Amino acid sequence: MAIKKLAFIVEKLPYKAETSRLALTHAIASQTVEIYLEDGDNVEPVIAFVGDGVLNCLKDQKALDIYGVTSLEMHLKNALLLDLKVLVCKEDLDRLGLKEDDIVMDAEELGAEVTTEVVPYDQIQQEMESADHLLFF
Amino acid sequence: MGKLTIGCFSSLVGSMTLDFAVKLAEAAVKKGHEVDLWLSGNGVMLGKKGQSKFRDYSYLAGTVEELLKTGKFRITNCEACAKARGIDKEDTMDGFGIHSMDWYLASAFDADRVLHIGGE
Repeated sequence: MAIKKLAFIVEKLPYKAETSRLALTHAIASQTVEIYLEDGDNVEPVIAFVGDGVLNCLKDQKALDIYGVTSLEMHLKNALLLDLKVLVCKEDLDRLGLKEDDIVMDAEELGAEVTTEVVPYDQIQQEMESADHLLFF
Repeated sequence: MGKLTIGCFSSLVGSMTLDFAVKLAEAAVKKGHEVDLWLSGNGVMLGKKGQSKFRDYSYLAGTVEELLKTGKFRITNCEACAKARGIDKEDTMDGFGIHSMDWYLASAFDADRVLHIGGE
C-alpha cells in the first residue's frame, strides 16, 4: 500500500499550445487511476502554476464562446471540485500585476470545497522536493 | 533493472522531441530496463499506421517495432488525443496500447524514474 505524489508543474501559456490543457486533464485523470493499481495504492496530485503559467488561472475565459473548446478556467474549477491541490505562484502573479481577484480561486458554484492557494515560490519548491515524480508542462 | 516511464506530447513530424524519446527508450531497453512510453497530444501521431519513410521527415515505426519485440517496451496512445485527431484503433500500428490518461499516472506510480518531455 503506497501513495505516490505527482507534481504537475505548469509554466506554459494557455491556448498558445495544448500543453497546459493536458496538464490539467492528466492531473484530473488521477481520480480514476486506482483501477490500474493494487488495493490501497493511489497517487496524490498537486498542480502548481508558475511563470507565465499563472495566466492559465485567469477568470472569465471565453474559450468556449470563441473557439468552442472547454476553457482552462473550467478545467481548473473541475480540479478544485475533485479536491485537487492547486497552487499559484505569488511572485509570478505580482510580476504580471495580477491579484487573487483576477484568478480562479474557487468553484463554489460547482460545489467545490477546496480553493486555489496563492503561495510563495518557496512553497512550490517544497512541493516539488517532496514529490515522487515531477511532470513539467 | 528498473522501470522508466516516458511521457511525450510532441508530434512525430515537426519536432525532434519524439525522436529523442524513442532513442532514449531504445538505450534504456538495451541496458535491460523496462520502458513505458506514453504518447499524448500530438505525440499520438507516432502510432498512425502507414507512415512513409522520407529522409526529410522523422520515421520511427521501424524502431518502435523492434523495441516491441524485446518484450521490455510498451507504447501507449492517449485514447482521447488520438480520437480527436481521427486516429482510431484500426488506424493504429499493431502493438500500440490505447488507454485513457489515468494509465500514464498508473505507469508513473511504479516507475523508478519518470521523464515527462511534454509538447511544443
